[in-house]
Amino acid sequence: MSEGGHWLTLFGRLNLRAFPFVRAWEDPTVSELIGAFAGALVVVGAFALVALLTWQRWWGRLFRDWLTSLDHKKIGIMYVVLAGVMLSRALVEAVLMRAQQSLAVDAPGIVAPEHFAQLFSTHGTIMIFFMAMPFLTGLINYVVPLQIGARDVAFPLLNSISLMLTAGGAGLVMISLAVGEFSTGGWSGYPPYTGKAFQPGVGPDYWIWAITLASLGTTMSGINIAATVYKKRCPGLHLTRMPLFCWTALCTAILMIFATPPLTLATALLALDRYLDFHVFTNDLGGNMMNYVNLFWLFGHPEVYILILPAFGVFSEVISAFSSKELYGYKSLAVATMAIGVLSFTVWLHHFFTMGQSADVNAVFGIATMTISIPTGVKIYNWIWTMFRGEVRFTAPMLFALAFIVTFVLGGLTGIMLAIPPIDYVVHNTVFLVAHFHNMLIPGLLYGMIAGYLYWFPKAFGFRLSEVWGKIAFGCWVSGFYLAFMPLYVLGLGGMARRSQALFEPDYRPWLLVAVCGAFLLLAGLVSLFVQLWVSVRDRDVNRVPVGDPWDARSLEWSVSAPPPEYNFATIPQVDRLDPFYWRKERGEAYRRPERYDDIVMPRNSWVGPLVGLTATVCAFGLVWHIGWLSILGFLGIWIPVVARSFVRDIHRTIPASEVEATDRRWLDRAHTVQPVPRERETEPANLGLARPFPPQVPV
Amino acid sequence: MPETALPYTLSVGRGSWDRSVARLASSSAVFALLPLGGCSVLDHGMLGAAGPIADQTRSLFLLVCAILVFVAAPVLLLTPIFAWHYRLSNTKSAYRPQWGFNWPLEGLIWIPPTIIVVVLAVFLWRDTHALDPYKPLASRHSPIEVQAVALDWKWLFIYPEEGVASVDELAFPAGRPVCLTLTSGTVMQSFFVPRLAGQIYAMAGMTTQLNLAADAPGRFRGENTQFNGTGFQNQKFAVLAQSDDDYASWIARARAGGRTLDPAAYAVLATRSIQAEPILFGSVAPGLFRSILGQNDPGLHAAHGHHAP
Amino acid sequence: MSARAGEPQLRHVGLNLLDTDALEPGEAATGLYGFWLFLMSDAILFALLFAIYGTQLTATAGAPGPQDAFKIGPTFVETLILLTSSLTFGLASIALKYDRGRTGLVLWLSVTLTLGIAFLGFEIGDFRTMFADGATPDRSGFLSAFFALVPTHGLHVAAGCLWIVVMLAQIAVFGTDARFKLNLLKLGLFWHLLDIVWIAIFSVVYLQGTLA
Repeated sequence: MSEGGHWLTLFGRLNLRAFPFVRAWEDPTVSELIGAFAGALVVVGAFALVALLTWQRWWGRLFRDWLTSLDHKKIGIMYVVLAGVMLSRALVEAVLMRAQQSLAVDAPGIVAPEHFAQLFSTHGTIMIFFMAMPFLTGLINYVVPLQIGARDVAFPLLNSISLMLTAGGAGLVMISLAVGEFSTGGWSGYPPYTGKAFQPGVGPDYWIWAITLASLGTTMSGINIAATVYKKRCPGLHLTRMPLFCWTALCTAILMIFATPPLTLATALLALDRYLDFHVFTNDLGGNMMNYVNLFWLFGHPEVYILILPAFGVFSEVISAFSSKELYGYKSLAVATMAIGVLSFTVWLHHFFTMGQSADVNAVFGIATMTISIPTGVKIYNWIWTMFRGEVRFTAPMLFALAFIVTFVLGGLTGIMLAIPPIDYVVHNTVFLVAHFHNMLIPGLLYGMIAGYLYWFPKAFGFRLSEVWGKIAFGCWVSGFYLAFMPLYVLGLGGMARRSQALFEPDYRPWLLVAVCGAFLLLAGLVSLFVQLWVSVRDRDVNRVPVGDPWDARSLEWSVSAPPPEYNFATIPQVDRLDPFYWRKERGEAYRRPERYDDIVMPRNSWVGPLVGLTATVCAFGLVWHIGWLSILGFLGIWIPVVARSFVRDIHRTIPASEVEATDRRWLDRAHTVQPVPRERETEPANLGLARPFPPQVPV
Repeated sequence: MPETALPYTLSVGRGSWDRSVARLASSSAVFALLPLGGCSVLDHGMLGAAGPIADQTRSLFLLVCAILVFVAAPVLLLTPIFAWHYRLSNTKSAYRPQWGFNWPLEGLIWIPPTIIVVVLAVFLWRDTHALDPYKPLASRHSPIEVQAVALDWKWLFIYPEEGVASVDELAFPAGRPVCLTLTSGTVMQSFFVPRLAGQIYAMAGMTTQLNLAADAPGRFRGENTQFNGTGFQNQKFAVLAQSDDDYASWIARARAGGRTLDPAAYAVLATRSIQAEPILFGSVAPGLFRSILGQNDPGLHAAHGHHAP
Repeated sequence: MSARAGEPQLRHVGLNLLDTDALEPGEAATGLYGFWLFLMSDAILFALLFAIYGTQLTATAGAPGPQDAFKIGPTFVETLILLTSSLTFGLASIALKYDRGRTGLVLWLSVTLTLGIAFLGFEIGDFRTMFADGATPDRSGFLSAFFALVPTHGLHVAAGCLWIVVMLAQIAVFGTDARFKLNLLKLGLFWHLLDIVWIAIFSVVYLQGTLA
């Protein structure tokens, strides 16, 4: 075999020019230097992390306490951490794109077209698949079992595998910064542009395999969450007594199960086109890219509701808790949620009204799309009427919820405009569309996730987050959103195409300048959240809420200590109505000592999840670079732990009743001795997680 | 645009009530947008309509905006009012922590949005059909037929009746309907002249159609809005709505140039490149459009009836 | 095997899961429920592959079309083999439920495995014939859609065969404990679903293609 042949066998398509550092050395333009800097950040970040773990001797703890853990709470936290890391990268990319556009009116700007295209592709891909999805899956993972009175999810090991596959996909996107390049085909990756004929490089392959891993993880998460909600509810917790967050989690899970297969299939078929010369979506020999467009949006539209519904759930919890009041129209909200779930499958065609269907088809899908606004509007009014005759407290999560209602309605209005085909014809593919979906997803997803993070953080870690920094973050996220995206509506109406690296219309410039200011404010919002975390960890000892109910809230997760024990509930609760914890407090039955304690069986840690995630990523990396042996090794590596695991019978461990009792007694004693806090002082150190009954009872 | 100036009207007319609502909405919306300042940017899009399709779309848009005020207003008002009035520190407000349902209120929540959607659906159905890009514009003039081919990163326009062609310059007489038949010689693209009409995709091996017209002579910006690679941002073209005389001389200029668009010339055009200047071709190889179509369509897409040429 | 006398019996689709202790009935129900969810998701995958196949029927681009590419004879044999394997899997399930020993179970699982492998052998033979006739996926949209749909089913069968091998090994190691029973139940659902999908493939792809 020749030298080149050996190289091909060993390293496939990988060569020195795959590294952005080499490219920047050869061609030191600003654009290449930015790329090399980003690649260097990944490499340096990885080395720094390894060094830190080694120096602090944290490797053991990392694997023992976290990566191999099957505890739904830890898996949930890991999902949110993943989301936070990816959010940071994708938000910086957004700022870079906004900066480029504001500089590139009749000028080259700082980022070359190829680089710009990678930026919008990674930004979209990350924000949807590696920020939004992990964030909401993480919150659902953490909260749902606690809310339904369960000790864990239905399939703890599957949960770990889902997480690790998602993390593997995210890892691939990160690796693409330092090795090779990412796709330039946008987050939707339409062929034939992403086909081999037009994009022979590794970019689309990175995209395909990152998405494939994430979509497999998502399908499994969906199965897991649905089975958990259907099968693991505690006695008496009928479906109609579940907190609304569980309803939205259930609906999201159902959508994940049914809507993710089209995505998996779309990326798999695109891979067949690229790797095995298939002609499923190619231009020539009878391929049909319209099939891809349909498959992608058959996934893509339900995906929008996968993203938004959990946030709706969070807002339902937050608004009810901080209005000190029962949720208005609980049943109508549940019905609306499920209606949205069903309708979400009937509207995918509105993503391509301009593909040339007949007016009848477009009109039917347009009307179906507008129909979704009815249950959505109902939800909005339910939240508003929840505040009616309540006692509203303007904490940071509640502020996010209020900003969400107002902002989301504006996004809904432009959504209705886009649902009308003739209007869509003139704003489709312009930044009007970009403004619209950011107007839905920033309030309808990100605000919800941040609100959920702020709301449940004290439950997860046992101390409250800084309220001041929470409000600063709120100010930045809200003002930043309006400044960044309202100009895009105007520009879109002015005909500005999305994904433009340069612009040739001077009238666009002032609006683009406003937008870039907004982008920087959004970045400031993210930084404030990190500062908040840092400040709060520093001051954790004065902000502890060990009793576990800092917000005088209503559902079961607040009825246990903060942080909750590994097994969540010392004894499985019995539920007889909606808002069980509220009624327990109302009847004076909260914090009662159970009559007896039993041994609790919990799953042991498992290496299967991390191993599957790692081998799947290795396989994908091999496929991206056409390194045959590595992909085969990786593929086989996926199955070995899975098969081996089926031969392990000792998968549970038992926590003795005595230990459970001791832990529970300690917590209950504390609950009986600490001073309850009135709602007016819930953001002060006096809040130890025990709420004083409200309204203050008049002494008789 | 004064209606009498139009040499033709679209076949779906509007009732006078309808039109006055649109006018009212239009003036109020413009008023609302004024404080934003520097609204010249809006003139580059559909709000600066220069043709009947864009004009009707604008009316529809403003009408929808007016209706949507009724959707947004209650939420935008109630949210801050309730939140502030029922704040914890206001000891005078009522507190009913266990109140969570009311049938009349439920009706108020479900029924008005449904009515609004029904109303919008009526307009949607009507205008989706009226503004169907495939629908020929009613006019006493016959339409100008143009075959458009999307290339990387330029547009080729073939005038089969005149036997001429142009790259990145779409010329036609103002006041006459133009019927575009589009395909792509490369990846999918989207043809868009914001001030004249909506957009439509151009896909290889298939054709789509778009009908548009300009009210008066003018120069408009056309663009591809579907990302297609590193030259995407440069893929703009000039749309020249001309007087009949100017159009005739444009055709004559194309012919005088003497360039022939044959398969060889097309192959050069089809390579990926940014076109700096428009090109005019005086003659076109017969059947070129069909052969471009045929390169990627060996009679394969029969299943998609609406896309049949 | 028999249920312990005096205890309430929980019967799941013909399999008694309560006579071994390690698994709670709730856990078994949850496991099965989750597996049904997975099957629904998998069924969607196949449904979409069928839809794509349908849209690409005429996209033959001069390459062999359905009439030229398909041979009804071998696929009919494949159909018989796979249907029989479903029967033998059913017999394995019955053996697990009623037989005291493991002989019947092992025997019927082995027969099912053999039939599965035979099916795959025939199918690979089919593909080889098609390749020899010039019907390769790189020649047309139609053949691409075919080679996306049918081998996906084949891969599922291969996964099912691997799973049977693992189950046979588990009988050797653990006998028929509760986890084994639950897994066999899931494998059964999987195997029967593949049968149903194959019936659709045989009707929609092969029968329609050769008879039309």
